[in-house]
Amino acid sequence: MAHATPTLEENMMDPPRGYEEGAGVYNEKLGMWVFLGSEIMFFTALIGSYIILRVAHPEAWKPPGEVLNVPLTAINTFLLICSSVTMVKAFAAIQDGNLAGLKRWLIATVIIGAGFVGVQVFEYIHLVNDGFVPSEGLYGSTFYTMTGFHGFHVTVGVICLMYVTWRAFQGKYSAADHRGVEVVGLYWHFVDLVWIILFTIVYLI
Amino acid sequence: MPTIKSSVAGHASATGEAHTHEMSFLRKYIFSTDHKIIGIQFLIMSLVFLLAGGVLAMVIRWQLGFPGQAMPGGGVLPDTMAPDGIVLPEFYNALVTMHGTFMVFFAIMPLLVGVFGNYLIPLKIGAPDMAFPRINMASFWIAVPAGIMMIAGFVVEGGHAAAGWTSYAPLSERADLSGVSMGQILWCISLIILGLSSILGSFNYITTVINLRAPGMHWFRLPLSIWALFVTAILVLLAMPILSGAIIMLLFDQTIGTHFFGPAQGGQPLLWQHLFWFFGHPEVYILILPAMGFASDIIANGSRKPVFGYASMVFAILAIAVLGWGVWGHHMFMSGMNPTLGTSFMISTMLIAVPSAIKVFNWLGTIWLGSVRFHTPMLHAVAFVSMFIIGGLSGIFMASTPVDIYIHDTYFIVAHLHYVLFGGSLFAIFAAITYWYPKMFGRMMNPFWAKAHFVLTFVAYNFVFFPMHQLGLQGHMRRIFDPNEYEFLQHLQGLNTFISISAFVLFAAQFIFAINFIASWFVGEKAPDNPWDDNGLEWTVPSPPPHGNFATIPRVYRGPYEYSSPLVQEDFLPQNRELPPQPAGSAAHT
Repeated sequence: MAHATPTLEENMMDPPRGYEEGAGVYNEKLGMWVFLGSEIMFFTALIGSYIILRVAHPEAWKPPGEVLNVPLTAINTFLLICSSVTMVKAFAAIQDGNLAGLKRWLIATVIIGAGFVGVQVFEYIHLVNDGFVPSEGLYGSTFYTMTGFHGFHVTVGVICLMYVTWRAFQGKYSAADHRGVEVVGLYWHFVDLVWIILFTIVYLI
Repeated sequence: MPTIKSSVAGHASATGEAHTHEMSFLRKYIFSTDHKIIGIQFLIMSLVFLLAGGVLAMVIRWQLGFPGQAMPGGGVLPDTMAPDGIVLPEFYNALVTMHGTFMVFFAIMPLLVGVFGNYLIPLKIGAPDMAFPRINMASFWIAVPAGIMMIAGFVVEGGHAAAGWTSYAPLSERADLSGVSMGQILWCISLIILGLSSILGSFNYITTVINLRAPGMHWFRLPLSIWALFVTAILVLLAMPILSGAIIMLLFDQTIGTHFFGPAQGGQPLLWQHLFWFFGHPEVYILILPAMGFASDIIANGSRKPVFGYASMVFAILAIAVLGWGVWGHHMFMSGMNPTLGTSFMISTMLIAVPSAIKVFNWLGTIWLGSVRFHTPMLHAVAFVSMFIIGGLSGIFMASTPVDIYIHDTYFIVAHLHYVLFGGSLFAIFAAITYWYPKMFGRMMNPFWAKAHFVLTFVAYNFVFFPMHQLGLQGHMRRIFDPNEYEFLQHLQGLNTFISISAFVLFAAQFIFAINFIASWFVGEKAPDNPWDDNGLEWTVPSPPPHGNFATIPRVYRGPYEYSSPLVQEDFLPQNRELPPQPAGSAAHT
């Protein structure tokens, strides 16, 4: 029963070759799921603190819509959800071996993701000009920390998507191997999901 | 069918040199993706921090043993720290803060997780490397700037962070209260970066253990060290981001004027404590679980017997890891807590004594009636068990709210935490280093000097920390600059001086280890493949193992603790040795 030692490439096959049965998925996908567990705990720390502070000092928060521009952010939220759809489309395309479709849908996702960050920057500039800054009581503290770190995650996601798009243009993905697309997609959907929670508790409640 | 590339067989030649000698020095030893090199890099970095943390402890002990006297050699310190060698109170606060920070985050944690997680996991499960070698490399090179930043805090204006390693708000949050601004900011940024490094490392370990076990390496054939490292990685993965989130809020409070922890604008200092200890208590088990795993491996080897109650050991690890999430409040009995809540934290904390005791009795059961080999790692491992018992029992004192109220924030706590962190973790680390040193460097450590280091450390260590229980019961506060300012503590000066002199001996004894470690690297006796007659897969490959670890992927037939098996003549039976089929009826032993 002598197997040759698997190369690192063979480690990363779906599932890895030559080993005891593991999670049944390839390493990057398992790794991303595990990493997202860590991300959940990070956002839990921020959201948990927000809930505790808000319950203790409800008077520090203004009614929804008084300070924050809810319609603008609602449109932005819709955009981000759309980008999840385009991401799914990109993944579906490459599963069928449609490289052109992959490129098209990835570019759409990058543009919408970057647009989301752009709108958020625009929103920040307006809020700061109106005097709503991070040192503005608990409201400002929690608003900027939570949305800021989400924006940071979206930015990282856009950079990763740009890398995947670049690799798509080099023809690195196929119907047989499209791990990069799937893994970045998992991250992207997670970031999207977190925003739906943040939008609800920061803007709407 | 998987296609095996022809280059693979070449790379896996017995010496492994066919593949490795093509690599430049920089790729092979500095920016290496080989888990063994990364483990050794972590080892060197964290031993340097262990030494640095020790130096800080010596300055602390000088001040407590000989308060207000000029420290020998203290003249080299600038006037902002110790004018004429006399330690300033502000500097003393930075000393206790940084001693804790260095030891917890930059010495013990990387020694357990960074070093041995990296080095042992692929070797012991039969994998050629980690699942993500480049992310593994990144996790080390992200930790380096974090370490540099943490050291740099000593030379910035205002001195280093001085709010304790727990950085309780509002002291840590407002520069006008502590007099420290840049030092505290560097402390925050450094730990955020280090947290990222830990998270990158841990999801790599988890993926590797789940997906890359050699054929036949079932979950219940994993060595207990790997079980412990795997569960620890899960704790790191889930606890570190809580700390990162809390420190980011603290950093924003300091720099951009948010109000998370400042009470003036509605922030809550207690929120910091909850977040910190929600991370901090799983962290305590991060610092002890791998140590338990190493001790299990080494005690079975030294006793030449299978680990007693392997399955109960695994379930005890899991139970500790789960219960560890529900006990953080026992750090906060004195912070203002509903007594009912305090009682529930008291009960959950005491519950952890159950799996801990299961492990202790299993270790004793493993040694019981064994033909014990007292090699250096075994000595350290037995010291680990006995010191962990003392540390565990004093933990029960503090878990009981009525007792804790009396001994809270006294030297009793200092004694307890050093019995588990030094007596527990560090002895297990010494056991692990002396045990796997031959595999890492291909040479044996000098056994006489290794044992001399053990004896001196063990004796001096107990002289340092056991009397601290007594100090604490008499009301001696922790982190106190000069106990003589209180009349009721003045009669304890003699005990303090005794502790300090013992501490200097303890510190000096570590140089035996350091010299042995460095000298053996160059002139030590060449190590055989399996110097300890161990069953683990790492001992079936050359010392040090070649790049890619295994010439052929090993097949595993049994658990790692088949010592003194009646099936073979030797008293050990490696996990990958295939035995001829047993005649019917004689299989009862397996």
